[in-house]
Amino acid sequence: MTQLQTTEVPAAKNPSLAPPDKLAVTLIVNGVEQTLRLAPWTTLLDALRDHLNLTGTKKGCDHGQCGACTVLVEGRRINSCLTFAVMQDGARITTIEGLARNGVLHPLQQAFTDHDAFQCGYCTPGQICSAAGLLAEGKPLTRDEIREAMSGNICRCGAYPNIVAAIEQAMGRT
Amino acid sequence: MINFDYVRATSAADAVSRIAAFPGAKFIAGGTNLVDLMKEDVERPPRLIDISRLPLNRVEDIQGGGLRIGALIANADLAGAPPVAQRYPLLGDALRAGASGQLRNMASVGGNLMQRTRCCYFYDLATPCNKRRPGDGCSARDGLNRAHAILGASVACVATHPSDMCVALAALDAIVHVRGPTEGRALALTDFHRLPGDTPDRDTNLEPDELITAVELPPKGFAEHYSYLKIRDRLSYAFALVSVAAALDLDGDRIREARIALGGVAHKPWRDARVEDAMRGEPANAATFGAAAQALLRDARALAHNAFKIDLAARTVVRALTQAARGTPQSQTDKRIG
Ligand SMILES: Cc1cc2nc3c(=O)[nH]c(=O)nc-3n(C[C@H](O)[C@H](O)[C@H](O)COP(=O)(O)OP(=O)(O)OC[C@H]3O[C@@H](n4cnc5c(N)ncnc54)[C@H](O)[C@@H]3O)c2cc1C
Ligand code: SF4
Ligand code: FES
Ligand code: FES
Repeated sequence: MTQLQTTEVPAAKNPSLAPPDKLAVTLIVNGVEQTLRLAPWTTLLDALRDHLNLTGTKKGCDHGQCGACTVLVEGRRINSCLTFAVMQDGARITTIEGLARNGVLHPLQQAFTDHDAFQCGYCTPGQICSAAGLLAEGKPLTRDEIREAMSGNICRCGAYPNIVAAIEQAMGRT
Repeated sequence: MINFDYVRATSAADAVSRIAAFPGAKFIAGGTNLVDLMKEDVERPPRLIDISRLPLNRVEDIQGGGLRIGALIANADLAGAPPVAQRYPLLGDALRAGASGQLRNMASVGGNLMQRTRCCYFYDLATPCNKRRPGDGCSARDGLNRAHAILGASVACVATHPSDMCVALAALDAIVHVRGPTEGRALALTDFHRLPGDTPDRDTNLEPDELITAVELPPKGFAEHYSYLKIRDRLSYAFALVSVAAALDLDGDRIREARIALGGVAHKPWRDARVEDAMRGEPANAATFGAAAQALLRDARALAHNAFKIDLAARTVVRALTQAARGTPQSQTDKRIG
């Protein structure tokens, strides 16, 4: 977790040098309500990984540039590295761990396996959550449109063609 | 990231009085720019005032034809809003050209207006930057300046404003509504952002205790003849090297009115009224568009690594005007440039 850094900040400019109280934050994660006590600078990503031990959501860049941290908040895909957990107080969050139902893979998980849509797998949870958000957006999409709509998810292994094919399968196209 | 504390505003009035009471505090909306800059220690607000839940997220028709856009609507929702799709497609296209699906779900209109430059030295605490620390010097002027400004730059700063949305808003003559501790005011979008001059630490003319509440679009949306053409190093998920929002009002093949705004070339979305005025009554053809492009860039100045942007900008202006005149706007998914 991010360490408290106060040394460089002149006291006069920062009236709140003492660590602020931790804040109670309630998140409904994959259907389970969880109340945590978090410092305000805890990102949603760090709350999931470090406080709830849900390490399926990955930290790639931590700056919004890769999409590995994509989760669904109220069904919408976002980058969990660029929002503080406290800002999401009360929200329903879905992570990769919450997509399967009763031991049955989500259609996107199945499609990614069927199409071998990964190599190292590090980007995959973000890809799948992003694709789930995309499907929920409900627009029929051409191949070009899927590629564009998924451009917020970088895959260092370059599994893109199979990722697009997997999403097409999950859309009922193939 | 420094230690900070967090409060949630309960109303626009509450947000403004809280920020006035706590110097250095900052509003946070989508967080996509501020959280990033806080992680880099470029922004070090001792307090965040969360405005993301304020009910400023509606898109409403204005009597007489315009549109009022709440400052907190997400970029994705604004791009998909029916009045934008039908009457202001230039704005919808510019929004879709920016960032990614995830980021557009988070980013607000107010935050997009206020987003800071992507100059790499601005992000790098180990190098001097007048925008970060006035008086320290500008590392980009003689450094890596391939993406930097060709118009309106100063000795102190050669940064560009990175927004796509703002380029379309500039072309549409949008008005920014803000609210301070005692009163509200309205600024033309073209007066909202500043040129760097010798105070590059100030990106905009917004006061630190003012809240952006809405953006207003005048009735004229140029839905028949428009194009948003963004040129970048890769086809998606990258900031513009150059972008052009072009809009035409045509009478047959004569130009009744032309609007041209450029992104990625200056510290603010770039418009030039003299160039647009000179296009009135002229035929909508390659000669007119070429002359306009040359005139727009007549004062352009290159740095060591960005001379290519002058020609690129000129060609992008001509291409975007051609697409607009034909009624075939640039697709934001099929990236082939027609
Ligand atoms: C990887 C990446 C790629 C991107 N690519 C693009 C791109 O191609 N094109 C593009 O245009 N943008 C791009 N962006 C930038 C993105 O559009 C902005 O970060 C976003 O619009 C900021 O909005 P926000 O609500 O998240 O702002 P925040 O991060 O919450 O706030 C940004 C600033 O605005 C201030 N602020 C917010 N709302 C208000 C208000 N109502 N009144 C007064 N001040 C306010 C905050 O105090 C803060 O200083 C990209 C961002 C990332 C991370
Ligand atoms: S161009 Fe502006 S932002 Fe970049 S280093 Fe120079 S002063 Fe800083
Ligand atoms: S970790 Fe969030 S986008 Fe890379
Ligand atoms: S599978 Fe390795 S990064 Fe995508």
